[in-house]
Amino acid sequence: MADSGNRTSTVYHDAARNLAAKITLDGVDVFYGQKQAVHSVAMQIPDRSVTAFIGPSGCGKSTILRTINRMNETIDIARTFGSIRIDGEEINSKEVDPVLLRARVGMVFQKPNPFPKSIFDNVAYGPRIHGLATSKTELSDIVETSLRKAGLWDEVADRLDQPGNGLSGGQQQRLVIARAIAVSPEVILMDEPCSALDPIATARIEELIDELRENYCIVIVTHSMAQAARVSQMTAFFHMGDLVEYGPTEDIFTNPHQSRTQDYITGRFG
Amino acid sequence: MTDRTDIRAMVQARLAKRYRAEGRFRIFGILAIIAAISVLALLIGSIASQSLSAFRVNELTRSITLDANRVDPAGDRSEASLRRGAYNGLMQDALRAEFPSVENRGDLRQLFGLYTPLNSARLQNRVLADPSLVGQTIDFTFPISDDADRYLQGLTTTSQEMAPGGAATVSATTGEVRITADTDVFSPIVADIRETLIARASQLENRASRYEARATATVSAEAAEGLGREAAQARSEATSLRELAAPAGESVNMSPDLPSRLVRINGGVVQIDRISDGGRTAEGRVLVALDHTSTSQDWSIWTLDIPQSARRILDSQIVWTETLRERGRVVERFNTYLFTNADSREPELAGVLGAIIGTALTMLVTMLLAVPVGVATAVYLEEFAPKNRLTGFIEVNINNLAAVPSIVFGLLGLAVFISLFGMPRSAPLVGGMVLALMTLPTVIITSRAALKAVPPSIREAALGVGASRLQTVVHHVLPLAAPGILTGSIIGLAQAMGETAPLLMIGMVAFVADAPSLSLGGLTEPATVMPVQIFLWSDGAERAFEPRTAAAILILLALMIGFNAVAVFLRRRFERRW
Repeated sequence: MADSGNRTSTVYHDAARNLAAKITLDGVDVFYGQKQAVHSVAMQIPDRSVTAFIGPSGCGKSTILRTINRMNETIDIARTFGSIRIDGEEINSKEVDPVLLRARVGMVFQKPNPFPKSIFDNVAYGPRIHGLATSKTELSDIVETSLRKAGLWDEVADRLDQPGNGLSGGQQQRLVIARAIAVSPEVILMDEPCSALDPIATARIEELIDELRENYCIVIVTHSMAQAARVSQMTAFFHMGDLVEYGPTEDIFTNPHQSRTQDYITGRFG
Repeated sequence: MTDRTDIRAMVQARLAKRYRAEGRFRIFGILAIIAAISVLALLIGSIASQSLSAFRVNELTRSITLDANRVDPAGDRSEASLRRGAYNGLMQDALRAEFPSVENRGDLRQLFGLYTPLNSARLQNRVLADPSLVGQTIDFTFPISDDADRYLQGLTTTSQEMAPGGAATVSATTGEVRITADTDVFSPIVADIRETLIARASQLENRASRYEARATATVSAEAAEGLGREAAQARSEATSLRELAAPAGESVNMSPDLPSRLVRINGGVVQIDRISDGGRTAEGRVLVALDHTSTSQDWSIWTLDIPQSARRILDSQIVWTETLRERGRVVERFNTYLFTNADSREPELAGVLGAIIGTALTMLVTMLLAVPVGVATAVYLEEFAPKNRLTGFIEVNINNLAAVPSIVFGLLGLAVFISLFGMPRSAPLVGGMVLALMTLPTVIITSRAALKAVPPSIREAALGVGASRLQTVVHHVLPLAAPGILTGSIIGLAQAMGETAPLLMIGMVAFVADAPSLSLGGLTEPATVMPVQIFLWSDGAERAFEPRTAAAILILLALMIGFNAVAVFLRRRFERRW
């Protein structure tokens, strides 16, 4: 706000302008108390593709991600300004119920956080509270479909009544993804979903993200440049709360327009 | 510069020291645990050993004929009529039938002193419950008086019985009699009594000498005069004791401040009042009638070591109690009165049932108020309230409330609940409300700690799939915090259960002879609770309340342990259900 005048403006690659946007951010500022964490971010995120947010720690990429389902509101001191639209509908306003919004925008967190309940109940929780299933069989169908989409069905089909936190880390993260897609969201936000996983589990999740791309708009925050390059179609580079550069992943990695992007990608800082 | 080997040596030197410190710490820890356990064992052991006699009681069983004329004066078997029945008279008659020789008023009063007339109410209740008993002869069992009970349990006096041998003749079977032995069998008693009297006299003389010495040493004339008077009195007492002990022909009078001597002969008992005739003759009165007056070889002298004046039970009562036991009328049994009765002035009828029901009702009120309000407060402060100055102020004050002395809550209850709201005194409802106030801070603080311990990732997960804040708390946070909340609540309630001070202020310290009914109505009936009952009994005049106090402490401890065991069990259940 006050000091945004002396900041460099965002560089958009051609493909990042005027695309068919699922999510549109416009002049988004986020404050934690007196401290401004995000400076006037504007970007358009396409549907049925994976958009990666990269940048050094503390650059505001997770904060931006959490404005999309208004999870920042759960932090007392956080305030968000600006316009955030999903399918042209403003979500950053008092009239929009955050509970309703979160049914449309699912989220997967850094550490797998299944509920301490059975695998079935974990996946069924969302549909239950939103009343998406009218019968038990319908609920079981939703659970099965979600687990299949998350690629976990074959591993847990015979032990749905066992605790969700008894699974391995990678399985837990896929369970959490199944839980997120069980409420049929339009957007799935992933906040460093693989940072607590080993390479094999990571590969499995990445495959899954790639499959899910066909039906959902996915936004992923990652610290791994390689992961961003592997799974995403669009990449946004953030630094010090600014969106520095935004464009197709290939472009960003092979032909960054900004020196800061170049330095970060080549590992000179961050 | 130090090189690598030096560093290793230095580390090694420090390492030995570090291990020693660790070893010391372990030993201190183990010692502390041993000390704590042994002190606890000592405490519980001493309470348990003190309580033993309270768990046994001697009961008298006697067949009583429920004469219709006396039990049912109106003759219509109505409750009003049955209530006017002379039940105590029936019991008195039954006891008289055991000892027909007891006739004069004074002796009869002593005989009826073997049980409390309160027992007649129990007989009355039995008849009221079943009016068809009127006219029948029933066996009625009731506890004998606490003094007789203590004697039978060996807590009043030691006694010896020895057969002197030789023949003895008694002049009559009842009344004042003379026992004549063929040798001077009673002279050891005379010698013994003389020795006692002389020992007491010299004790008094010593005391007199001490007073006299102090009188000459003191400067104050007034003090000297007082001491001189004391000395003169002691000397004159000593002189009279020596006169009593003077060997005036081997005869001596017994007195209540000397050990009692009794003679058992021909199925009866004689209390010796005087020994004469060179130790050959004893005079006394018959306490239990003899079967006949023929000369007997088989007789014995029975000594009660504690003099009659130093105990609460008379020789006659001891003899009758002992005789009833010999006849199988009095039997020692497990003391069920302790568990089935409410408080009573008479220790043998006093029980903790009223206090247990009072405790249950009070705890019910406390639990219903403190736990929901406390948990709701904790949830609001932890999950919903903004963190600002007001909530900070509230938090500080809750922590302060936890440190307020409990009696202050009692004063508050007296001023607000009783004076302002006009609620009944001594009622479990008010007691529970006061204890709930006292327990609230504990419940809030422990519940908040339990809620804080729930990982935030669970809240994020629930919010992330679109749960509302309340759903997040109810579906996920509370179940995870439940074991902690439960533990905190139980600790708070257990603390409240052992509390006396606040209840004193609201009148729950009153003597309540009827157990409150275990129902909603019981909430406003006068009641007492276990710790207050213990407090009351510890102050009881009768010696027999002493073991009962210890027994009540054990019962309270058992209740507490049971309470905590339930908590541990519930906790396990909750944890298993994750």
